[in-house]
Amino acid sequence: MRNTLTIASRQFRSYFNGPVAYIVICLVMIVIGIFFWPAFFLSGRASVRQMFTLIAYCVAFAGPALTMGLLAEEKRSGTLELLITMPVREAEVIIGKFLAALGLWAVLLACTLPVPFSVSTLGNLDWGPVWSGYLGIFLMGGAVLAIGLSFSSFTDNQLVAFFLSCFVSFVLVLVIGWVLPFLGGAVANVADFISFSSHIEALARGVIDSRDVIYFLSITGFALMVAFRALESRRWS
Amino acid sequence: MSDVMIAARGLTKRYGPHRALDNASFEVNKGEIVGFLGPNGAGKSTTMKILTCYIAPSEGTATIKGADIWDDPVGARAAIGYLPESTPLYAEMLVAEYLEFMGEMRGLQKDALRKAIKKVVEECNLGGFYAQEIRTLSKGQKQRVGLAQALIHEPPLLILDEPMSGLDPNQAVEIRDLIRTLGKERTVILSTHNLAEVQVTCQRVLIISKGKIVADDTPQALTSRGRNRYTVLIKKPEKGYRDASARDVFAKVKGVDTIRAIEAEEGAVKLEILPSGKDDLRAELFKAAVDGGLTLLELRQHAQNLEQTFRDLTLTAAEAGEDEDEDEEDEHEAKPVAKASAKDEDEDDDEPASKSTDDKEKE
Repeated sequence: MRNTLTIASRQFRSYFNGPVAYIVICLVMIVIGIFFWPAFFLSGRASVRQMFTLIAYCVAFAGPALTMGLLAEEKRSGTLELLITMPVREAEVIIGKFLAALGLWAVLLACTLPVPFSVSTLGNLDWGPVWSGYLGIFLMGGAVLAIGLSFSSFTDNQLVAFFLSCFVSFVLVLVIGWVLPFLGGAVANVADFISFSSHIEALARGVIDSRDVIYFLSITGFALMVAFRALESRRWS
Repeated sequence: MSDVMIAARGLTKRYGPHRALDNASFEVNKGEIVGFLGPNGAGKSTTMKILTCYIAPSEGTATIKGADIWDDPVGARAAIGYLPESTPLYAEMLVAEYLEFMGEMRGLQKDALRKAIKKVVEECNLGGFYAQEIRTLSKGQKQRVGLAQALIHEPPLLILDEPMSGLDPNQAVEIRDLIRTLGKERTVILSTHNLAEVQVTCQRVLIISKGKIVADDTPQALTSRGRNRYTVLIKKPEKGYRDASARDVFAKVKGVDTIRAIEAEEGAVKLEILPSGKDDLRAELFKAAVDGGLTLLELRQHAQNLEQTFRDLTLTAAEAGEDEDEDEEDEHEAKPVAKASAKDEDEDDDEPASKSTDDKEKE
């Protein structure tokens, strides 16, 4: 446990020693600034649901950018060998890395808090859906980050990790939602179940359904397991 | 507790059909400084990665201070300070931050951590750049940070993979002296392909070739135990010369083990002959040349040194091997050695047996 936290804290600090954390946070803020406020004033309703939709779009790109280097870069530079030969278990390395990315994701979300506070000064904001929306977007971010981490564990090339995880999270977050109206029958049900956007939808409305929460948690758990296995597989190859 | 620090039994590592390590068994006792010597790709790094539990052997096992690499990898790792090849460090961290991180990973905290950092900073002489970013350090300084990291938890065993490669001579001497100091109270394994390094630093040498351990002895013993080596220079006939036929002539001599063609001047062929025993073969070789109708321009016997023992052991094993995928390596090895052998040619009682013989005249 202590090893996990040591790894997480080193990784978290190293985010802020490089440009990636700042770039990602700034870009998300800019996207929200450009697209949220015009829509907000047009609709004239005191709601931040639109912001969650925007963050959901952003995470499809931002998540992979945050996770691409986690293991790939350590493999490329060889530091992974030193890290793994510390008296730690592989699982601790994976969880530590994941917690660091999740921590940064939490920081990013905290940076968006001024938006609901501003909205609440302009109208009568219902805070229930805001917090449940934050919970949902936090969990969804966790799932995307875990997927990104697992791709980072397959390769020693950051760009490969970025594009593959970008593709997968793009499909899960956006593409399925777009094609859903054209599907029918069982396929539509499956697609609806897999799509991240349909699970975030209810949470953003203020409905905390355990199915949605469990869905994101299981995706996260599965992706971390894959990353763990991939890291472990170097022993046998 | 026994005096055995490392006991490796039957370590084998397969990558597909290729055996990077082939049934390697050895023991290292407490307090020894052992050099792993071998050409690139011989299996030195593979052995070290197995011992540090970074990769698992396909077969066999090893214990580090009693901890089995299969049953207790975390325990085995805890006893080891490891410096991987090419010294991977987190470039964006300060030396201070890095040591703190590595110390924490080793389970050191607060006062113990501070003390440990202070100690390694002194031992490895990091004072001058303690507050610098690692990316700004020179190769020698990075190497010292890497060593400090390996020492921070005062491990009983240090495993250093090519600790002196890529350093300039001054830095190399510095690191070598440091390793010798460290080796006074610890067991050290280091890998290298630099023979001079081994002779000064190590008490024991394991020579690895093609994944097999081909020698295990003190540097002195390896130097003196060697077999002599012969080179013959033969005149190339105007036409109809075949390399193989010249080799066959010498291969018939009793006690000849391997024959290799090496570089030669225009119109001549130079063969290197390695005997299997210690007997003087010069007379027999000369006779064979005469009988085989070869024009002998030169016949020399060379005394052995560690370099030649190394080459002898690694090349013989390489030639005996089935797969040919390491031909490249042989070339790497051959170049520096060829230069060195030119130097000591005059040492021994040379026998310039330049007599031209003609088959027909004799008959």
